[in-house]
Amino acid sequence: MPESNVFESSQSPTSRLPIIGPGHTYASINEKISAIVLQRGTTFGWLVGFGISFMIFMMMLGSISYLLYKGVGVWGINNRVGWGFDIINFVWWIGIGHAGTLISAILLLLHQKWRTSINRFAEAMTLFAVACAALFPVLHLGRPWYAYFLFPYPNTMGMYFPQFRSPLEWDVFAVSTYASVSLVFWYVGLIPDLATMRDRARSWFAKTVYGFFSLGWRGSARHWHRYESIYLILAGLSTPLVLSVHTIVSFDFAVSIIPGWHATFFPPYFVAGAIYAGFAMVLTLTIPVRWAYSLEDFITDKHLENMGLITLVTGNMVGYAYIMELFYGWYSANEYEQFMVHNRLFGPYWPLYVGLIVCNIIAPQFLWSKRIRRNTWWLFAISMFVSVGMWLERYVIIVVSLHRTFLPSGWGTYAGTFWDWTLYIGTMGFFLTLLFLFIRLLPMISMSEMQMLLPGATGVPEKGAARS
Amino acid sequence: MTDHSARSSVSPMPTTPQPEPAHWRGIERLLADPEAQAALVEAFPRQASLLGDALDRRHFLKIMGASFGLAGLTACSAYPDDGKIVPYVKAPEEIVPGKPLFYASTFSMGEQVIGVLVESHMGRPTKIEGNPDHPASLGATDALTQAALLTLYDPDRSQTTRYYGDARPYEMFLRDLRKALDRHRADQGAGLRILTETVVSPALGFQLQRVLAAFPKAKWVQYEPCGRNLARAGAKLAFGRYVASQYRFEAADVVVALDADFLAAGPGHVRYAQDFSRRRRARFGQDATKQMSRLYMVECTLTSTGTVADHRIAVRPSELIEIANAIAVGLGIATGRPAQPPAAHAKFVETVVKDLQAHAGKSLFLVGDYQPAALHFLAHAINAKLGNVGQTLFYTDTPEVAPTDQEAEFRQLVAEMHAGAVETLIILGGNPAYTAPADVDFAGGLQKVKLAAHLSLYFDETSAHCHWHIPASHFLECWGDARAHDGTVSVQQPLIAPLYRETKSPLELLAAFLEEFNQSSEEIVRNFWQRNLAQLKSGKAFTPSVSGPVRIGRNAVGLQDEFEKQWRRTLHDGYLAGSAFTPVEVQLTGALAEAMATLPKPAPSGFEVVFRPDPMIYDGRFANNGWLQETPKPRSKLTWDNAVIVSPRTGAELGVVRKHDTEPYPVVEVEVGGRRVRGAALIVPGHPDNTLTMHLGYGRERAGSVGNGAGFNANLLRTAENLWMASGAKVSQTGETTRLACTQMHWEIEAAGAFRRRQLVREATLTEYLSDPQFARTEFDDPKARKLTLFEPPDDYTQGYAWGMVVDLNVCTGCQACVVACTAENNIPIVGKAEVLREREMHWIRIDQYYAGDPNDPNLALHLQPVMCQHCEMAPCELVCPVAATTHSPEGINEMTYNRCVGTKYCANNCPYKVRRFNFLHYSDYDTPVLKLGRNPDVTVRTRGVMEKCTYCIQRINAARIEAEKEDRRILDGEVITACQAVCPTQAIIFGDINDPNSQVAQLRKEPTNYGLLAELNVRPRTTYLAKVRNVHPDLVPARQAASSHSGHGGPSGDNHPDNSTPATTTGSHASGH
Repeated sequence: MPESNVFESSQSPTSRLPIIGPGHTYASINEKISAIVLQRGTTFGWLVGFGISFMIFMMMLGSISYLLYKGVGVWGINNRVGWGFDIINFVWWIGIGHAGTLISAILLLLHQKWRTSINRFAEAMTLFAVACAALFPVLHLGRPWYAYFLFPYPNTMGMYFPQFRSPLEWDVFAVSTYASVSLVFWYVGLIPDLATMRDRARSWFAKTVYGFFSLGWRGSARHWHRYESIYLILAGLSTPLVLSVHTIVSFDFAVSIIPGWHATFFPPYFVAGAIYAGFAMVLTLTIPVRWAYSLEDFITDKHLENMGLITLVTGNMVGYAYIMELFYGWYSANEYEQFMVHNRLFGPYWPLYVGLIVCNIIAPQFLWSKRIRRNTWWLFAISMFVSVGMWLERYVIIVVSLHRTFLPSGWGTYAGTFWDWTLYIGTMGFFLTLLFLFIRLLPMISMSEMQMLLPGATGVPEKGAARS
Repeated sequence: MTDHSARSSVSPMPTTPQPEPAHWRGIERLLADPEAQAALVEAFPRQASLLGDALDRRHFLKIMGASFGLAGLTACSAYPDDGKIVPYVKAPEEIVPGKPLFYASTFSMGEQVIGVLVESHMGRPTKIEGNPDHPASLGATDALTQAALLTLYDPDRSQTTRYYGDARPYEMFLRDLRKALDRHRADQGAGLRILTETVVSPALGFQLQRVLAAFPKAKWVQYEPCGRNLARAGAKLAFGRYVASQYRFEAADVVVALDADFLAAGPGHVRYAQDFSRRRRARFGQDATKQMSRLYMVECTLTSTGTVADHRIAVRPSELIEIANAIAVGLGIATGRPAQPPAAHAKFVETVVKDLQAHAGKSLFLVGDYQPAALHFLAHAINAKLGNVGQTLFYTDTPEVAPTDQEAEFRQLVAEMHAGAVETLIILGGNPAYTAPADVDFAGGLQKVKLAAHLSLYFDETSAHCHWHIPASHFLECWGDARAHDGTVSVQQPLIAPLYRETKSPLELLAAFLEEFNQSSEEIVRNFWQRNLAQLKSGKAFTPSVSGPVRIGRNAVGLQDEFEKQWRRTLHDGYLAGSAFTPVEVQLTGALAEAMATLPKPAPSGFEVVFRPDPMIYDGRFANNGWLQETPKPRSKLTWDNAVIVSPRTGAELGVVRKHDTEPYPVVEVEVGGRRVRGAALIVPGHPDNTLTMHLGYGRERAGSVGNGAGFNANLLRTAENLWMASGAKVSQTGETTRLACTQMHWEIEAAGAFRRRQLVREATLTEYLSDPQFARTEFDDPKARKLTLFEPPDDYTQGYAWGMVVDLNVCTGCQACVVACTAENNIPIVGKAEVLREREMHWIRIDQYYAGDPNDPNLALHLQPVMCQHCEMAPCELVCPVAATTHSPEGINEMTYNRCVGTKYCANNCPYKVRRFNFLHYSDYDTPVLKLGRNPDVTVRTRGVMEKCTYCIQRINAARIEAEKEDRRILDGEVITACQAVCPTQAIIFGDINDPNSQVAQLRKEPTNYGLLAELNVRPRTTYLAKVRNVHPDLVPARQAASSHSGHGGPSGDNHPDNSTPATTTGSHASGH
C-alpha cells in the first residue's frame, strides 16, 4: 500500500475501516494508554486474572520441581517415543512467538501502519512465548543440570565445541539469538514510552524505575534520529530470524531419517505454521484485552480483520503442506513413507489427525467471509481452534511419526501423563502471568508510534511524548 | 638435655661430667651425653627433632598396645567358615586386581544339570558362563542358569534360622532335631520323613541313604513339581525299569517332536540345542546343507522348539494323543486304538509317517515331559520300531539317584501327614506348600506334623507352615555334586563363602542327622568321592559304598596323592572326564495297548487346559528373580505375569479381544472340576484353538518383594488327573480388567502384513535356497550399491579391526538366554512391571517375533530375529547428538560416553532399529549393599538420564586387546566372545573382526543368505542376519513360484550376483531408501 498520506492509509479504500478511532490527539493517545497503567491501577478484574494465572504458574513450578526430583520418567515418553509433550510444547510456543516478530519487524519494513497498535503487545507475547518455549529444551534433558554441555565453553573434556552436526545444536543458537534480539528490539521500542511514563508517573518509585529504564530519553531530535535508525536496524536483524528460527526448529525433524520427519518441505511449512499459530494467538489475546480496556479506538476492527486475513492465508499454506505431506508419502514410492501416511490417517491416533484437519484447514475457511472476519466472537473462536490445531499438528508430527517407525517390533504407544499436562498448562500460567504483569506495568500500545498515525505527524512527535 | 638426663635417673652414675664414657650401662646413659647427642644430631639431622620428644618408649608402647587391641576388636565378628583369615603373606599368583578368574561349578535344578564356569572378580561371582568342556553345556547355558546368579545376591533371601517365623540360632534347631532323632532312634525312624526335590547328586543321595540306614523305617520322598515323572513312568512302563533316554540329534535326519520342547527345557536341552542346530545351518556349498535335518513339531502350547520347526501344528492335548496314535498305527505298531487323527491333520500324519519310514534309523520321535506316560511308552515303541535305538538315541541308567514315581510317593506322604503318621518332616529345598496340586493339601498336612523343618533359600509359603526354617546356601556358596543328563559327574564348587553365616547346604543339614556336626560340605563331597571314585571308574554299576571311613592301606600316602591329583583335576574341569553313562540294553516288555487304554478321554465339551512351568520363573523358584521376571517370555512376550493364553479364534469366541493396544486385558475365570482361578486372558497367535495355557510359578505370596502378588496361581486348578492337562474347562468373563506388560504387541494385524511387505525376516525353503542361494539379497545388500551414495563414509574401516556380528536366524530358538546374559554382563537395571508397561524396558537385546500367515491359523509360521544395536557405519544416532555422547570408534563400534550424555533422546528417536534404551528414572539400585557385589566391575552402572545400548561387549574386546598387545599380536578370531554369543545354545550369534578374512564372522558375511536389516536406509549395519531356510516336506507345502529359473548363478561372494535382485520371497516393492 504505497500511500503517502498516513491518514489516508488508515482509510483503506477497500475496507473503509479506520486503524485509529476518530478525534484523537497526541494528548489523548498518551492519556488513554498511560492511564491503563498509571491511573487505573490494580483493578479487581486484573487481580482475578493475575491470581488465576499465577496459581497456574505455581503449578508449573511444582511440576518442574517434581520433574527435577524424579527425572523425565514422570512423563509419558518411552523408548519408542522419545519426545512427547516436551518437544510438542517447545515447537508450539516458539511458533506462537513468531507473529510478534513478524508484526514488529517485517510489517514495519513493509510500512504496514496498522501494525502499530498491536506490535508492542505482540512483541511482548513473543518474548513470553519464547520464555515458555525455552523451558522445554532444558527440562526435557535426562540430566538438565548438564544443559551447559550444549554451549561451547573451555573444559577438560577436550570438547570446547559441541557437536555441530546436530540440529539440536543449531536450535541452541537459533533460539538464543532469537530471544536476545527480540528482547532488545522490544526494549528499544519501549524507550520513548518509558520516558512518557516517567513523566506522567506520580509516585517517586515509579518515576525512578521508569526513569532508570528510559535511559535518559528527552525526546530530542538527535534521540529520535538515533532511535529510528536503531529501530530499523533491529527490524532488519529480526526479519531473517522470523524465517530462520522455525526453519531450524523444523530441521530437528527434517534432518532425521524417521518417516514423517524426513521431508524437504519442512522449513517453509513450519514457518507458515508458526505465523499461523502466532496470529491466532495474537487474536486470542487481543480480543479480550481490547474489550477489557476499551481499546477499540486503537485496536480497531480493521486490525482484527487484517490479522484474520493473515490467518487465512497462512492457514491455507499450512493446509497445502498437509496435502503435500500425503502426496509425498504416496509419490515417494517408499513403503515406510506410505505406511506413515496410512498410520496417520487410519492408525490409532487418527482422531488427532482429523482434529488437526478440522482445526487447521476447515476452521480458517470461515474467514473468507467478511462478516465473520469482522465479528470478534467468530474471530476469537477460530483463533482458539487454530491454537488447538497447531498443537495437534506437532503432536501428529512428533508422536504419531515416532510411535510406529521401521520395525513393527519397535512400535509403541504414547500418552501424556499428569505431569505432562501440568507442565503444559503451567506454562500457559507462566505466559499469562507475564502478560498480566506487562499490561499492569508497561504501556501495552506504543504511544509514540500511535501518535505518528495522527494527521500532521511528521514521524517525530513534538518534544517527544513526554510533555503533551 | 637436662630433662633427658633427669629422666635417665635410673643410672646410678654420678652426674659429674666425664671425659669419655668408656663403659656405659644403658643406651639412655650414652644418649644423655651432650657430645653423643651432638654427634647424633650431626649424623641424623632429619631425626634430630625426635631426640627431645616427650613420647617415650613406654608411652608409645602403651598407645600402640591399645590401638592394636582396639583394631583387633573389629575382627571379632563371627565368620561362617571355620578356616583362618590372614592377609596374603605371599599374594597368590593368579589373583590380579581387576582381572577376573573363572572357576568351574555346576548348576542343577531338578534333573537339569549344567556345568558352568563362574567369573569371579576379587572373590565375587559376577557372571555365569557355560563350561565349554562339560557335555551338558559345551560353553552355553540357558536363561535360568544365567539368572541364578542374581538369586545369590537377592536381598530378600532368607538369612537366619527361624522358629515360627522368629529368628533363632541354628543350634536351637539342632537341639530340637536331636530330641526328635533320639525319639526316632527308638522307633527306627517310623515317623521320620525327609522330603527332597529330585536328587541327582550322588553325595547327597549317599548321605540320604546313610540316614535311612540309621533310621530304617524312615522314608525319603522326592517331589519335583515340574520334573520328569511322566517320562520316567513311561520308561518303566516300556522297559520295566527306569532308564534315561540319550538323544543324538546330530545323527537324526527327521525329528518328530510331540510337545517336546527339547531345545529349551528338560535335562540336557542346552547340549541338545547345539547338537540339533549343527544339522540346521544353511551354509553355501556345503554338503551338510543339503542334509539339513527336518523337524516336525506338534505342540499343544507355546514352545521355543516350535518356532524353529519346519512344520509346526498346534493342536489340543486330546488331538495330540490321536496324532501320536495315528503315527504309531501308520508305522505298523499295534496300539489297540484305531487311527483317528483330526481331519485337518490327516495329511500331516501321513507325511510324518512317510518321512519317518524313509529315515528309519536316522529319525527321532520325542514326546514332551508333561505328556502322559503311555505316550512316552509309545515313543519308545516307535523309536524301537524305526530302529533308532542305538543310532539316534540310546538308553542309560538314570542320573536320578533314586528314580521313583514321585507323584504317588508325595501323595502318600501327604496322606500320612494327614493321618498323623509323620512325626518329623525335614524338607530339603522346594516349596511344596505352594507347588502341590490343589487336591494335595500339603500345607494342611504340615499342621499335624510335630516337627517340620524347611531348608530353603527364601522364607516361603512352605517355611511359613513349618516350625523351623533354615536358610539354605546358594549353589555358588556351598559344595555339592550332580550327575548330568548323560551321567557325567559334575562338581558344584562354591565361588564365595556364604554371604549369610547361618545358611546351610542340604549336605550339612543331613550331617547333623549322622552326628557329624563338624563336617563341612566340602569334606562330605570330597570324602564321598575319595571312597567312590575308583569304583565309578571301574565301569561297574555304580553303587556307592556305605561302609565306614576311608581305608588307609599300605600305600596310603601314594593313594592319597593319586586321589588328590584326580580330585584337583575334576575340580578344575568341573566334571569328571569319562564318567558318562554307558548305554544299557533294554527290551520293550510292557503292554502298549494296555497303556494306551489308560490315556485320558477329553470331556465332551469345554476347553482343554495345558499347565506348564513358566519358561522364565519355572515352578516359581525364580519368582523373586527380577532378571527372569522382566525377560519377555518366549512367544508370549509377557513379563512379570502369567496369563490364560488363548488363540485368536478362541479369544474372539470368549470375547476377550482388545480393540487396541492400550486397552487393559480382560480377566477371565477358569473353572475346572469345580475349582476356579482368575487370570488375565492373553491372545497369542499360534496357540491351539479351544485350549488354554496357564503357566505355573505365579501367584506367590511369599516369594519376596519382587515376586509377591504377580500373576495368579494355576496350581489351584491342578489335581491328580489334571496335573498337566485338563479338559472340560469353562471360561467366564468377570468384567474385571488388568494390565499385562508385553514387550511386543501381538494383536497387530498389520504386523503380519508389514512384515511381509518389509522383508525384515527373510526366509525360503531348502529347495528354494538350493536353487537360488541369493534369495535373501536385495539390491541394498549388494556391496556395489554401497558405492551408489552421495555420502562418503566418515571413516575407512579397512585397517585395523572392524568388529561385526552375524546372527543366524535359522537356528535362533528365541530362548531368551542372550537377553539374561546381556543383563548380567552389562549391569542392565530391572525396571519393574509399571515401567515395562510404559515401554521402558532396558534390555539391550530383544528377540523380535513375526508371524507369517493368517493370524487365526494356529499353524502359522513364526520368525524370530534377535535385534541389538546394529553398530551402523553411518549411524543416524551419532549425527543428531548435540554433545557428541555417542560417537564412532575407528573399529566401527558405535560408542556411548555416559558421562557426556545429557539425555536429549534424539538418538533414540532417530534410531531405525529402536535399540537405544534411556534411563528415564533412576533405575539402577545404588543403595542395596548386597546387589553391589554382583555387578560387573568392567561396566559402568548407569545413572538416571543417560542413554545406553549394546556396546558389542566392548569391555570384553578391550580385555582381549590388552592381552594381544602384551604379546604384540592381533586379537585372534574367537578371542572376543560377547555375552550373548557365549550363552547362545545354538551358536546363532557370531562376533568377530570382519577385516580378518579368515574369521568366522567374515566368512559368514560372505554367505549368500547374509543380509542387513533395513539395509535400504544406507546406514550400513555391522550386524547382519543369515536368512532363514526351512527344510519343508514337499507334500505339505505347495511349491511357491520357485526361483528355479534363477538357479545356477555364481558363488557365495557378494560381488557376482548381478541379475538376481528379485529373490524368491522378496515380492514386488522394495523400499527405495532414503
